[in-house]
Amino acid sequence: MTANEIKIKSGTSVKDILGKIVRNQLFIPLVALLLLILFNLVTDPGFFKIALEPNSDGNMVLSGNLITMIDYASELVILAIGMTLVTSASGGQDISVGATIAIAGSTVLRIVKTQSPDISGAKFAGIIIVSFLLCVVVSALFGAFNGALVAFFKIQPMVATLILFTAGRSIAAWINNNDNISITDKRFSYFGNFIPGISVPTPVFITILCLVIIAIVLKVTNLRLYSQSVGINASSSRLNGINPKVIKLLTFVILGICVAVCGFIKVSRTSSITYSVIANNIEMDAILAVALGGNNLGGGKFNLSASVLGAYVIQFLTTTLYKFKEIDSSSISAYKAVVVILLIIISSPFVRRWIDDMKNKREAAKKDLAMAAASADEALNNIESETGKESV
Amino acid sequence: MKDGAVLEMRGICKFFPGVRALENVDFTLRQGEIHALMGENGAGKSTLIKVLTGVYPKDGGEVWLSDTPVHIKSPQDAQNKGIATVYQEITLCPNLTVAENMYIGRTKSPFTNWAKINRQADKLLDELGIPVSATEQLGNCSIAIQQMVAIARAVDMDCKVLILDEPTSSLDEQEVQKLFNLMRDLKAKGVGIIFVTHFLEQVYEVCDRITVLRDGKLVGEYIIEDLPRVQLVSKMLGKDFDDMAEIKSGSESENIDLNGTPVYQAINLTGTTGIKPFDFEIHKGEVNGFTGLLGSGRSESVRAIFGADRVTGGTVKIDGIPVKIRKPLDAMKHGISYLPEDRKLDGIVGDLSVRDNIILALQVMKGFFKPFSKAQAEAFADEYIKLLNIKTASQDTPIKSLSGGNQQKVILARWLLANPQYLILDEPTRGIDVGTKVEIQKLVLKLAAEGKSVTFISSEIDEMVRTCSRLIVMRDGKVVGELKGDDLNQNKIMATIAGGESK
Repeated sequence: MTANEIKIKSGTSVKDILGKIVRNQLFIPLVALLLLILFNLVTDPGFFKIALEPNSDGNMVLSGNLITMIDYASELVILAIGMTLVTSASGGQDISVGATIAIAGSTVLRIVKTQSPDISGAKFAGIIIVSFLLCVVVSALFGAFNGALVAFFKIQPMVATLILFTAGRSIAAWINNNDNISITDKRFSYFGNFIPGISVPTPVFITILCLVIIAIVLKVTNLRLYSQSVGINASSSRLNGINPKVIKLLTFVILGICVAVCGFIKVSRTSSITYSVIANNIEMDAILAVALGGNNLGGGKFNLSASVLGAYVIQFLTTTLYKFKEIDSSSISAYKAVVVILLIIISSPFVRRWIDDMKNKREAAKKDLAMAAASADEALNNIESETGKESV
Repeated sequence: MKDGAVLEMRGICKFFPGVRALENVDFTLRQGEIHALMGENGAGKSTLIKVLTGVYPKDGGEVWLSDTPVHIKSPQDAQNKGIATVYQEITLCPNLTVAENMYIGRTKSPFTNWAKINRQADKLLDELGIPVSATEQLGNCSIAIQQMVAIARAVDMDCKVLILDEPTSSLDEQEVQKLFNLMRDLKAKGVGIIFVTHFLEQVYEVCDRITVLRDGKLVGEYIIEDLPRVQLVSKMLGKDFDDMAEIKSGSESENIDLNGTPVYQAINLTGTTGIKPFDFEIHKGEVNGFTGLLGSGRSESVRAIFGADRVTGGTVKIDGIPVKIRKPLDAMKHGISYLPEDRKLDGIVGDLSVRDNIILALQVMKGFFKPFSKAQAEAFADEYIKLLNIKTASQDTPIKSLSGGNQQKVILARWLLANPQYLILDEPTRGIDVGTKVEIQKLVLKLAAEGKSVTFISSEIDEMVRTCSRLIVMRDGKVVGELKGDDLNQNKIMATIAGGESK
């Protein structure tokens, strides 16, 4: 009898763990990622082949679809961090990030272009640091501008950020007098490509660094608790001593810093800038990453890892679709939309509740059945009624 | 089917993950009766109502409406079948007008003659004696008016079954009487009314029958004459219950040194919310109260003390030392805690876990850069869940899925954890069950005995009389009297609230 009980117990615990996994926010983006990988493996067994080959500069670097995807996802992942925080605290999204990336990139080039290509390493490092810091300050200020509109003037985030969405690329062009800039110093391209002697793309390292930094920030500060509280119930947060305006502003500033990093990577990739095209539509992908991660776009609770996974899913999806020669590149967006809508529907609270309901019903039916069986047992053999009870 | 039953529910079951919210519950409502549904928090009243109105699908059992078995698929479906509901929390749209709220979702033609509808609405509101214009935006009305509009909407829908879920918790005495008259009219017309409330007096004033639930199970159905009040309470609690007699009192006020330096003192405190400048002080170990009708300024006064609304003038002294309290954090740092009147809007942070809700205030006081370790937070939460006997599945359960009384206990835990010198409780007992009410009142007296100062506000005057040693009476934003000692009785308080003799 005891052995039987243990069996029952361990059985339910396995089921509980399974249930927990399925209900976990990471579940859907993870499954989507696995399905994409599986799909690619089936259609093209060599899809994930990674090779160590010399690139155009004669460096031995890793190449292959997987490396490309992880590399190209960098900007999106970094943006998803900031977008998740903004979503949580303000209950809205920043649609100006693409345009402010243009501003950030333009700021960097404005500093770097003044230098001749043959300056010493130390001097060059100084220039890079100055240009990056300036770009961070500028982006943070633009973020603060968005944040101030949202927090102090209570404008809906999408409307508030519409301003820079519209004006951002013009501002970016204006910073460099609409010049076509091309940086000839090879060292500038290290940040968006490869550092000589290192075979992993630099943006991957930058992304990891960003993730580590935000993990530490969330660990040593109350950013998570505060922004979630503000996003869920600003009035109640205020009465608990939190200043909702400051927290909203703060999340926009953090997003601004993320934008600065993205802008820097973007211009370093090509050593140039096209004001109207750089980081085009990236805001939509960033918002999508947050949504795919199962986060509520209405604010409140968030799961950063899920957003990050969501960002990788989007990049994987895009790359996968590009691999299909039959698909016309102009219709890729439509295919992408179909997959995305499926994922969003599956992860919607409506479907989740429906699944939960079905499960509850099944469990209830099972319990009733067990109860009926037990009472029948009891009636049948009064003497062994003990056994009947235990088996319930 | 019993004789004259308009609604019969048999063997209703409802499960939530890990919880049996309803287990084989029967409920019968007869034509033209007012039937009270009673039970503690989490007894299953709200769940039963939600199953009946199609908010939750039931997991077992049957529902008959006037001899026909029905399956209620959605709230809309319930409405069409003649089941109208007025919920405890107002579920109308604040950004629409009164008339729009009354007729939304009920107009059949795609074209709507709003002028006609406004006239209709005005006529109905007039009949019911609700002092509001049909074209007023609902969000601008007081909670009481909003509640009555919700009832007007339900009444106008020609319902056979009317469910009133805590309709009186935000109404004052006069409005309650108006509502009762309305209920009696409807009863005479043959409508069956299910009345969910925590106010025992109201049950005995207006109801014909009582069904008691406990822990998701049916305790029994009783005719009101057969069930004296004490027995009702003991059935709800599932134990013999020595009423409120244990509480109080009178003696502890002797320990208070009223001549010493007050813990908190305000002189000419002025806010922006329409209250006149007022003076106020409270001593160590004292429990005082603010009373007055809705809108008299009692909540606004304590909000001004806590810095919840903008303070524009006046001097504040803590232990005799002048301090500036401009925002809630200032007040918190000076040892003041404030449990707000509107639990849902200002108190809970709905999606956050019980644990996060408990530690929130103390965490904010500790600072942005000093988060508690997980173990520390868990220890705090554990301690207070045990101390206040909070019924929750776990610390990680979102607070919004707890019952009202348990939510309130979590908020209380939050402010007790902040370890204040001066605790302001604005309507801590609103909309929660008798057992918890008594617990909270006992807690208040215990805190006072430990040397804390408490301001306790309640709409139920007998609660105030039991717990407070001094009452400040407000009318129209002004302090109009202060009662203590022998003056602390219902009649004197009523007279002072009504005005005419006190200065």
